[in-house]
Amino acid sequence: MSYGWPILSTVTFLPLVGALLIFALRGDDDSTARNARYIALWTTLITFAISLLLWRDFDPTTAKFQFVEERSWLGPINFHMGVDGISMPFVILTTLLMPITVLSTYGAIKTRVREFMIAFLILETLMLGVFCSLDLVMFYLFFEGGLIPMFLIIGIWGGSNRVYASFKFFLYTLAGSLLMLLAIMAMYWEAGTTNIPQLLAHDFPPQMQTWLWLAFFASFAVKLPMWPVHTWLPDAHVQAPTAGSVVLAGILLKLGGYGFLRFSIPMFPLASADFAPFIYTLSVIAVIYTSLVALAQEDMKKLIAYSSIAHMGFVTIGIFTLTMQGLQGGIFLMLSHGIVSAGLFLCVGVVYDRMHTHEISVFGGLVNRMPLYAAVFMVFTLANVGLPGTSGFIGEFLSLLGVFQVNTWVATLAATGVILSACYALWLYRRIIFGEITNPALKALQDLSLREVAVMVPLIVLTIYFGFHPNPVLDVTATSVEALMADFKANLAAAEQARLALAP
Amino acid sequence: MYHAILFLPLIGALFAGLFGRLVGARACEIVTTTLMFVAAFLSWIAFYQVAIEGEDVRIALMGFMHSGAFETYWSIRVDTLTAVMLVVVNTVSSLVHLYSVGYMHEDPHKQRFFAYLSMFTFAMLALVTADDLVQLFFGWEGVGLASYLLIGFWYKKPSANAAAIKAFVVNRVGDFGFLLGIFGIYYIFGAVQYDTIFAAAPDQVGKTMTFLSWQVPALELICFLLFMGAMGKSAQFLLHTWLPDAMEGPTPVSALIHAATMVTAGVFMVARLSPLFDLAPYALAFVAIIGATSAFFAATAAVVQTDIKRVIAYSTCSQLGYMFAAEGVGAYGAGMFHLFTHACFKALLFLCAGAVIHTLADNQDMRRMGGLRKVIPFTWAMMLIGSLALTAFPLTSGFVSKDFIIETTWFDHSLTGQYTYWMVLIAAFLTSLYTWRLMFLTFEGNFRGPKDVRDHAHEPPWTMAVPLLVLAAGALFAGLGFRHLFIGADQAAFWREAIVLPEHGHHDVPFWLVLSPTIAMTLGFVIAWYCYMWQPLVPFGLLKRFPAANRFFLHAWYFDALYDRIFVRPAKWLANVLWKVGDGKIIDGIGPNGIAARVLDITRGVVRLQTGYIYHYAFVMLIGVALLITYFIVAGGALKP
Repeated sequence: MSYGWPILSTVTFLPLVGALLIFALRGDDDSTARNARYIALWTTLITFAISLLLWRDFDPTTAKFQFVEERSWLGPINFHMGVDGISMPFVILTTLLMPITVLSTYGAIKTRVREFMIAFLILETLMLGVFCSLDLVMFYLFFEGGLIPMFLIIGIWGGSNRVYASFKFFLYTLAGSLLMLLAIMAMYWEAGTTNIPQLLAHDFPPQMQTWLWLAFFASFAVKLPMWPVHTWLPDAHVQAPTAGSVVLAGILLKLGGYGFLRFSIPMFPLASADFAPFIYTLSVIAVIYTSLVALAQEDMKKLIAYSSIAHMGFVTIGIFTLTMQGLQGGIFLMLSHGIVSAGLFLCVGVVYDRMHTHEISVFGGLVNRMPLYAAVFMVFTLANVGLPGTSGFIGEFLSLLGVFQVNTWVATLAATGVILSACYALWLYRRIIFGEITNPALKALQDLSLREVAVMVPLIVLTIYFGFHPNPVLDVTATSVEALMADFKANLAAAEQARLALAP
Repeated sequence: MYHAILFLPLIGALFAGLFGRLVGARACEIVTTTLMFVAAFLSWIAFYQVAIEGEDVRIALMGFMHSGAFETYWSIRVDTLTAVMLVVVNTVSSLVHLYSVGYMHEDPHKQRFFAYLSMFTFAMLALVTADDLVQLFFGWEGVGLASYLLIGFWYKKPSANAAAIKAFVVNRVGDFGFLLGIFGIYYIFGAVQYDTIFAAAPDQVGKTMTFLSWQVPALELICFLLFMGAMGKSAQFLLHTWLPDAMEGPTPVSALIHAATMVTAGVFMVARLSPLFDLAPYALAFVAIIGATSAFFAATAAVVQTDIKRVIAYSTCSQLGYMFAAEGVGAYGAGMFHLFTHACFKALLFLCAGAVIHTLADNQDMRRMGGLRKVIPFTWAMMLIGSLALTAFPLTSGFVSKDFIIETTWFDHSLTGQYTYWMVLIAAFLTSLYTWRLMFLTFEGNFRGPKDVRDHAHEPPWTMAVPLLVLAAGALFAGLGFRHLFIGADQAAFWREAIVLPEHGHHDVPFWLVLSPTIAMTLGFVIAWYCYMWQPLVPFGLLKRFPAANRFFLHAWYFDALYDRIFVRPAKWLANVLWKVGDGKIIDGIGPNGIAARVLDITRGVVRLQTGYIYHYAFVMLIGVALLITYFIVAGGALKP
């Protein structure tokens, strides 16, 4: 299905238009702030509405890139966009989370609203660009560019120790991205193009694959994040404002997983096969290690951040099984985690707006004052635990199902995460929500406002809907994932043939 | 009709949960309870159609998960096994709903309570009507959630919160095995639908698979893993520790969830998968051993408890052990029959205990009860009926089902069978002992609590009395009334394909064998009577002479303390070490902080920005991007053909 107009560019760059509109606003008074919020909200809503056309008109029967746009840009680099079954859901996830997040900032961001909204809308454009790019350099620009607004959001609107956190964030990502940049240059020299569909078809020599894989891995592992390069995430979350955490956990973390799916596996299949045990090892450690660490946390946001790392462990395990269930489970878990972790961080934001802390020990007995909040928090907690009937279950189940077919050790060890997640999540909930109110400051708390309910309801509905009926998402990704798998297997088989032919 | 049975409780739950605050508590009570009674009525019709007339039902509702070759559906499967469960679940649930109207009438959170109860029922129905293992698992975790919410219903009590989390987590330990079992099933059979699995299972006998680098018999491994889930849900030996603590929940919950229905899910699951378990003799022997051990172990703990609900809780654990013992020797029908009768008399006992607790201003300690027979004779009579059935007094329902189990285990001549027989026989003696101890301590002698409490004691209102009467009728007559169907002459026509049936009945049952459970029961009664009626000082003497033994049984063989030592505390310790040392000292110390310290040293001299270094870094990145673009423009231009 093609339109008379470039739909992907529209979706991607519409937020930028909104940012320009806000930029044109003058003044520093309340009405400017209000206008900035309105423009941001309407921009993101319209972007979301347009992106739904993608969902409606996407053809799930083909693995080819759809809605493709291509025009020449900088020398060999073309402006090249398109989505397939793997990237399209992430586009929708991004456009969906944005209006929700903007709405959630109404109570939280009081200073420099105009600048915040500009940074935020630019961030949206950059993230959408990552998922839509079909040119390696474009991808890289969006991929790394997204860090700048995120960086500013943490650094300017963050907590008291924001400088340390954003520094850590920066340092890790810089290390990864430099290596990826080198790899991109090497790929350009080798294949003579930065066109992603052409690169997907290109056979990189096995020796080179190893190095390229490692370089991309350095970048994606930090983004995801994988153990042991994860320690930037808890700090970044704790310091980030709520909206920053939502986008960080909901979308930015998925860039790494998406990178594995778009580059590492299809472009460097031999290396991916070789490194799969390595990924399994890191992931299993991540699942158990970070789940345990989550158990010891005294800060709500840190706890949820560690639980995110554990969930991303399931994602990498699923993806590198290279089985249908594992891959689809990994993708589904990323999407589901985007919704659920967004919900959890928004829940933290609700009490942070009231109490200006996310220290767990400050709270307790909130259900007495905020029953509605307790119910909302419960839904996301259960989804985080992976209870069947919530979207969290589907991804975890399919990933583990996939890996059991491949490696029972990994499946067994990772499945212990199912027990540990129940421990830390329910214990957090118990400490925050249940019990008597002992802290007198909590006695005057108000339950969720209408705006806060409006923020939460879409996420709850999706969490439960996809928990019972995940097939719409699974079916959209199926063909592309099948093609990915078939291509991977063909490559391995060809390499095996070559090896046998060379054998004496 | 089948849709209605499944979804009426859900509608009730959603109504009470979403609109409860709007419409008020009374409306929620009426709506949920009415819907439950309709569902229960329809279940009996379904029971007649399916189990008696033999019309199995399969309804596909909707696709659930579809990924490659893996496919599951939401569906309703009703065969005899399901029909039995439908009847048990919906009948007990509707009675408990009605009972709760009276029991909870002073509670400020009635809407929430009824929403949870109905939600539990829906999850349990989804569990028993499943046509594949994934929907079974959905219901399995769903009832676990409801149990968690209801144990922690009085959320201000720290003990209730702790018990709720413990229940959920211990169940998750079982579910860990259950999940791996499901994965194993898909690995071996390429499907999770019951019919596909059962059809392919005989071909898998003797085949092995690699699990954790071991070559193991595939079916044995799968059944063992699945049974781990059953051990958690049905509170069997080693994973039983959550059930006594679960008594923190309101008593109607204990009756419905922790006695009659949810905890029997494990028994149901083994019966449902009997075509699989029957091909895995070692796993089946393991089921028998765990069941028999639980029956014995929990009974020893029940003998010394002082909390009336904990006695019944351990008793539940013990009776569930009987059901597994029966299944472990291949008598799935007997296990299900005991599930059926046990649901009646154990729910009755819990609801009676609830009536006692309710009337004594929430006192659960039997040491401060006594002499209540004259005060609340109706409750006493009901509880007496429940106790007779539990101790297998001749002709009551418990007698019919339990004695059959004891006889059946004897006919298994293997070592496992003999172990099982002796364990359940001793447990029968202990059952009688703790049951009569409970009856004597509660209803006989003099009242040992505050006088004004006794003066306020009263019989339960009709909402609580009616369920007691119905369940009492079940406790008395369900055994003889349904014997011929479950385990008697008509069992082949009754069960049909639903479970694996024993190949032949045992015709020449020796007379001493028939008598042995009854002798054990009588012995228990006599000792209880001697200790608590005739010579009430004897127990105190024993207590004084063997304080260590008393503590050992009171703490149920110290499993809680043991698990605390070997799991809970090391996990907490490890969590802190990984966090402070692993993340803090090692990863951050070597990584970012170490580098950061160096970089900061350098940049401190160069840049002094008041807002920190943010803009600086952003700037660096922009420069990087600019360099990259320049490179490609230049290199690209140079390369262009």
